[in-house]
Amino acid sequence: MPGKQENRRLIALLTPGSIFLGIFFLGPLSVMIVYSFLEPGLYGGVEWNFYHLNYGRILGWADGEWEEFDPVYAEIFFRSVRIAFTNVVITLLICYPAAIWVSGLAVRWRTFVVFIITLPFFVSLVVRLFCWVLILRPSGFMNTTLMGLGLISEPIDIIYTETAVLIGMAYIMLPFMFLPLYASIEKLDRSLVEASSDLGAKPYQTFLRVILPATLPGIAAGAVLVFIPSLGNFVVPDLLGGAKVLMIGNLVEQQFLSARNWPFGAALSVMIMLVMFILIIFYVRRIGRSEIAR
Amino acid sequence: MIGKTSESIAEVKNAVKRFPAPEGGVITALDGISLEIQQSQFVTLLGPSGCGKTTLLRAISGFEDLDSGEVRIGGELVTGVPPYRRPVNTVFQNYALFPHLSVSGNVAYGLEVAGVSRSECNRRVGEALERVGLAGFDRRKPSQLSGGQQQRVALARAIINQPKLLLLDEPLSALDRNLRQSMQIELKNLQHDLGICFLFVTHDQEEALTMSDQVVVLNQGRIEQVGPPKAHYHQPTTRFVAEFIGDGALFSGKIQNTTEDPILFTEDGLRIPVGVGAKVGDSVTLIIRPEQLDIAKQHVEGSMGILDVVLEQSLFQGATNKYVCQLANGSTITAIPTAAGNEAFSRVKPGEAVRLSYRRSEPHLIIESEHAG
Repeated sequence: MPGKQENRRLIALLTPGSIFLGIFFLGPLSVMIVYSFLEPGLYGGVEWNFYHLNYGRILGWADGEWEEFDPVYAEIFFRSVRIAFTNVVITLLICYPAAIWVSGLAVRWRTFVVFIITLPFFVSLVVRLFCWVLILRPSGFMNTTLMGLGLISEPIDIIYTETAVLIGMAYIMLPFMFLPLYASIEKLDRSLVEASSDLGAKPYQTFLRVILPATLPGIAAGAVLVFIPSLGNFVVPDLLGGAKVLMIGNLVEQQFLSARNWPFGAALSVMIMLVMFILIIFYVRRIGRSEIAR
Repeated sequence: MIGKTSESIAEVKNAVKRFPAPEGGVITALDGISLEIQQSQFVTLLGPSGCGKTTLLRAISGFEDLDSGEVRIGGELVTGVPPYRRPVNTVFQNYALFPHLSVSGNVAYGLEVAGVSRSECNRRVGEALERVGLAGFDRRKPSQLSGGQQQRVALARAIINQPKLLLLDEPLSALDRNLRQSMQIELKNLQHDLGICFLFVTHDQEEALTMSDQVVVLNQGRIEQVGPPKAHYHQPTTRFVAEFIGDGALFSGKIQNTTEDPILFTEDGLRIPVGVGAKVGDSVTLIIRPEQLDIAKQHVEGSMGILDVVLEQSLFQGATNKYVCQLANGSTITAIPTAAGNEAFSRVKPGEAVRLSYRRSEPHLIIESEHAG
């Protein structure tokens, strides 16, 4: 019977992946979740006692005796979500028109443009972000150029602000938004656009009623791909945000590397994961299903 | 044509459209086409692929701008008018149904974007679906429908805005033969009931002859012939139309008169008796249709033409028998004789000589150029 053979095939195909993920993904993940409920050791490491105040510090039930609740954690958390979300909006607004334009080019030009867009991946992320430091700092290219042109008299104080973080974040995340968007826009059946126009829909109506729904899977995929790494990113705020624009990723990094409070760092990570988990479930239920139904 | 001012629904004048060819150079899709489409007619644009028929359709619907020439719809010049402002609707070749909308969502689309009220919308969608025989299918998604049903949804969607002119771009080409034939009849009935003008594009001559009031034969961006289906078959005006529509043997040559009746001399040495209508010295093309040929009787009247051939093959085709014969110059000619002819043919074996006869007046003569003087 085909059923049995199918099962055997499935097992053969999934076994290597399952073993890999089981050891190298679920393993560390479990360690992290367990650590987040343990007591921090005095000199780093953990004491093997159940301890919920790591979460209390973030969410507000730490009593101040052993651990202190500080709203700054929640603040950093919400700032991170806000920056990640804003970044999704920015990259979407940049990439959507660009993807429409690229999908209208001749095939060989399309391939070329897609290559150009993935080109930054060939250079180290840190190097690229340092370039942004050179561009954005008070004596950087941007300010000297603008002052040279006489457009401004004082340098714009943009580096180490949230704006700088957003610029850097959008810059590194653009390809992750562009590629899924482009894939779904390129797949879009042009005759649907023509049919809509033929039936009397003005261009904005065609966009809202046909193009947008048809490319929604691409938008959703791009949004998830940009949101998740943005939320946990610590390199960009580190280099472009300075000490002023801390994000949750920096906090986790500090807890693990500087403060050596692993349980607290783990608790922060679990919080990020929860947010992402909820988002993914939402994505799968709303968009994924309609995509599968096609 | 009659009633030019009031009855003309669409008019194309000297339309020229060129595209850059992928391998360089230009393709002339429309090479100075002028055409007038009358009220409540079923008009078909017929031609081989690449003849410009789809380009002409798209120039009318507004998806293609002309390089020169003009298009008028309902008397109004529509140059530069975008598709969504033109009072025409299209049934696309691949149907182009919106996959994310239900059947009723698809059909209602034209009304919704025009801001028609919900109750009015529902009523008209119901009517349109009923008309195409899809009542009760309104909640399905296009992906849950068969090809024929999708075709009907596309049709209902296109007629709901009550266009002056419905454009159909090879809508039946994806359907299988039986379904295609029943859809041909349904389309014809629908056009009759609605009373609106259908402009139908196809490369299938049978489809064109079955459905149309007027057939426009296109070739290489030019109109070859315009007229009712019968005229194309019986009185083709060009060699292309004669070859493209129906079967038949074509003979080109000069008319000469050896005795009293005109005879067509082809370059490769055939002598084919023709009827009146051609003068000595004219260059002509003669079309002999298979059903005009029969096996010659012993006694041949003067009004009959004779061809000496060798039987190659006899083909049983159900209602008729088809006999493929070879002429003296090596070319083939096909005969579909009458019942009596069949009887006579059944005694002829492949490879044997046989004499075919036809009424001199029946085969159509295209006069390519008249004898000077």
